Amino acid sequence: MPIFLFNRLLQASGVLVSVAFLAFLLFQYVGDPVIFLLGQDATPQQIRELRSALGLDQSFLVQFQHFLGNAIQGEFGISLRQGTKVSKLIAERLPATLELATIAALLALAAGIPMGVYAALRAGRFSTQVLMTISLLGVSLPTFLIGILLILLFSVNLGWLPSFGRGDTLQLGWWSTGLLSVAGWKHIVLPATTLAIFQLTLIMRLVRAEMLEVLRTDYIRFARARGLSNRAIHFGHALRNTLVPVMTITGLQLGGLIAFAIITETVFQWPGMGLLFIQAVSFADIPVMAAYLCLVSLIFVTINLIVDLLYVLVDPRIRIDRPRKA
Amino acid sequence: MSQHGNPITRWLDSDVGYSLRNSPVAMTAAVVAFICLFCALFAGWVAPQDPFDLATLELADARQPPAWLEGGSPKYWLGTDDQGRDILSAVIHGARISLVVGLTSVALSLLIGVALGLLAGFIGGWVDALLMRLCDVMLSFPAILVALLIAGVGRALFPNAQTPVAFGVLIVSITLTGWVQYARTVRGSTLVERDKEYVQAARLIGVSPLRILRRHVLPNVLGPVLVLATIQVATAILTEATLSFLGVGVPPTSPSLGTLIRVGNDYLFSGEWWITVFPGAMLIIIALSINLLGDWLRDALNPRLR
Amino acid sequence: MVMNLLEVNNLVVEFPTRRGLLRALDGVSLTIAPGEILGVVGESGAGKSLTGAAIIGLLDPPGRISSGEIHLAGERIDQYSADQMRGIRGRRIGAIFQDPLASLDPLYSIGHQLIETIRTHLPLTAGQARQRAIELLEETGIPAAAERINHYPHQFSGGMRQRVVIALALAAEPQLVIADEPTTALDVSIQAQVIGLLKRICHDRGAAVMLITHDMGVIAETCDRVAVMYAGRIVEIGPVQQVIHAPAHPYTVGLMASIPDLETDLERLAQIDGAMPRLDAIPPGCAFHPRCPRVFERCRFERPELLDAGTSRAACWLHAPEVAP
Repeated sequence: MPIFLFNRLLQASGVLVSVAFLAFLLFQYVGDPVIFLLGQDATPQQIRELRSALGLDQSFLVQFQHFLGNAIQGEFGISLRQGTKVSKLIAERLPATLELATIAALLALAAGIPMGVYAALRAGRFSTQVLMTISLLGVSLPTFLIGILLILLFSVNLGWLPSFGRGDTLQLGWWSTGLLSVAGWKHIVLPATTLAIFQLTLIMRLVRAEMLEVLRTDYIRFARARGLSNRAIHFGHALRNTLVPVMTITGLQLGGLIAFAIITETVFQWPGMGLLFIQAVSFADIPVMAAYLCLVSLIFVTINLIVDLLYVLVDPRIRIDRPRKA
Repeated sequence: MSQHGNPITRWLDSDVGYSLRNSPVAMTAAVVAFICLFCALFAGWVAPQDPFDLATLELADARQPPAWLEGGSPKYWLGTDDQGRDILSAVIHGARISLVVGLTSVALSLLIGVALGLLAGFIGGWVDALLMRLCDVMLSFPAILVALLIAGVGRALFPNAQTPVAFGVLIVSITLTGWVQYARTVRGSTLVERDKEYVQAARLIGVSPLRILRRHVLPNVLGPVLVLATIQVATAILTEATLSFLGVGVPPTSPSLGTLIRVGNDYLFSGEWWITVFPGAMLIIIALSINLLGDWLRDALNPRLR
Repeated sequence: MVMNLLEVNNLVVEFPTRRGLLRALDGVSLTIAPGEILGVVGESGAGKSLTGAAIIGLLDPPGRISSGEIHLAGERIDQYSADQMRGIRGRRIGAIFQDPLASLDPLYSIGHQLIETIRTHLPLTAGQARQRAIELLEETGIPAAAERINHYPHQFSGGMRQRVVIALALAAEPQLVIADEPTTALDVSIQAQVIGLLKRICHDRGAAVMLITHDMGVIAETCDRVAVMYAGRIVEIGPVQQVIHAPAHPYTVGLMASIPDLETDLERLAQIDGAMPRLDAIPPGCAFHPRCPRVFERCRFERPELLDAGTSRAACWLHAPEVAP
């Protein structure tokens, strides 16, 4: 098992370095890296000094090293669009996105898994077919449209929920949270639901498909042959065997929530990293794009590692080695 | 399967055709998809008005609701936007742009993916390993992120892009998010076929690898690739719509459904809901019918479910 | 006369398919006395496993029992509801399947699976159930049972796993055990051990066994009686020595002849011409008649019932009372 972990860590670092390399290419060659680092108001003298300090005539590898060093410290220069340090911008926006993504993830799991189990156990019934058709709708509706429709219904027509912003936020150190006020919760409902629906549908379909497969296995058949109760078979054996592979795929998908948040934040004007990124793309604000890229890949890789660890803990076949044949 | 009759009746009699005939949902979806495709491709003839021809717009007709509501008129069936553009025409033309971008991107991803997959599977070794690594990394990133990055880089590299370049960047960005699935599937099948004895024999004799690939691997792989392609068309259309909605998709001179939705979004709170809702509905109809078709196709081609 | 433990009368199992109704079992009748071992032998696709599945109520849908009766100790069970069948499975009828690794849930220890089965059917506390589980493992020959009870299925070898499966099947002391190809997936050297274990442990409990296999050698070693199946029907049934040494049905004769004898020199292996018909293309009359070396007119039109042929019975017109043996 330690070898397994070591391998995964190695892979993870490989991915991080590759992404950093991409960000480096962006930073270095699409536009002027010196301007990126100093901002557009830099004096010619500063530019000259930095150019020689950076050693732009030095080898590729040295420059990459330099970039990496900066990246690890969170130093990505100055935003072209806003003129402030990129690291500061991101620090401001990160909590909003993380809160949104977490709530959405919890929502998707709490609703998606039970629905998937229901659809598998009650396969063929009319209610299940309706459920599956609605789920197809969930996959066919782009996230931004869901957001707009929800706004149309709950904000414009019913006037129950607000449609933009975070509401009142409380500052805890460098983290700003909207979860400690009623207004904050009201504001997060629609965006979180919008973000969750796509994932929810995927999770539901995945759980259903996997559970149907599991229900056809020999060990379930043998469990039936032993006269075990439906509860023991479906929730003890089938569900557990379903959740183990589902867990890995779901974990990876939930990482994608961070990216899908871009769309949701745009629709709801949620002041998070996603909105920052899309503004950067419109403006061709390379420093922000590079920073976002590195941060997001760090989050992905971390989630991947956590998921792998969980898998090892849950599946005894990996946790406990097979006996060596004498 | 019957051996007589013309190709169409024979196909209808086959397992796949039988499955289609027996699934009313799939048949409806197929019909709807065809109607949309037809309208979109022949937009110029089908749409009552050309929404891009500024001369035909009448500002006085702006912001009219759909024909069945008070204030609406049968001339503008689905209402008009803030510049007097007929929503119905705008939706039809927008659908065309969405479909063209979607189909082109999928066709390109398919070509790239299948080619790379065949290459990796057949040559093996480090080429294969490299490709698989690349696929893994690409798959772990959400498509939208990759598309956005490419769009952003495109904007940085070509700041005053002309329409064809803008379209090019858009299509490239969607293409690059889709090729991975094909590559993987095709590579898997190629590996299986390559190790079969008749392929090894053919190579010994000196049959060109291209021929082997074409005659033996490709037919085996067409089924899953077809299913993938169908579902990916829906995905590509939605991705394009998302990018256009976010403002980094099609150029504003050729509004796709996504652009229309974005424009209409501004009028939600002032009550002119139709400017957003109808393009949205069209998008949903197209995506849903293609997804249903893809779902049905997958079940129909799955030997285990027969 | 002792009542039969299991009586199956004219069991018909059908599968509705796109191409029509497929009859997989066509009028299967057999009996098993308490404590008896009945072998069910035949080629792949003859319907052996289906018979076992139908008896224990585990037919895969859309398959269903269309007609016929199944009696367990006098009680008719083929029309029982799902809940009623659940009460019978494990407690009165047990089952063992072919692949021992696939039969065990990989995520739970074998102890957990044993205790769960025991406590489902018997009113024991956790401690008592655990003790009983350890005893069962010892009885099936698992060394260091008290330790290994906490191990997971993948930590056992193939033969050991099948022993665990046997322990699980017998945990609630069923009167009848249906063993569907229990040794096919095992090494030859282990097969004998496992069969021996099965025989012994069932004998100790007075449990009857329905041993489904295509291996005639196992049948000869283990069974009291044997039923030969062909195309969803039983073509011969009788005491094992009788059927093996004096087969009454031409199909059984062909089967026996095709088993190579180590003592005689052979130029070619004997075989029966043709192949078993597909379920949707079963010929009229006797299903075997197109391949039968002793076929005559009646065979082509009239389907034979099981007729007496000495101590066994065979579905063959050669044994009709009018025909001299």
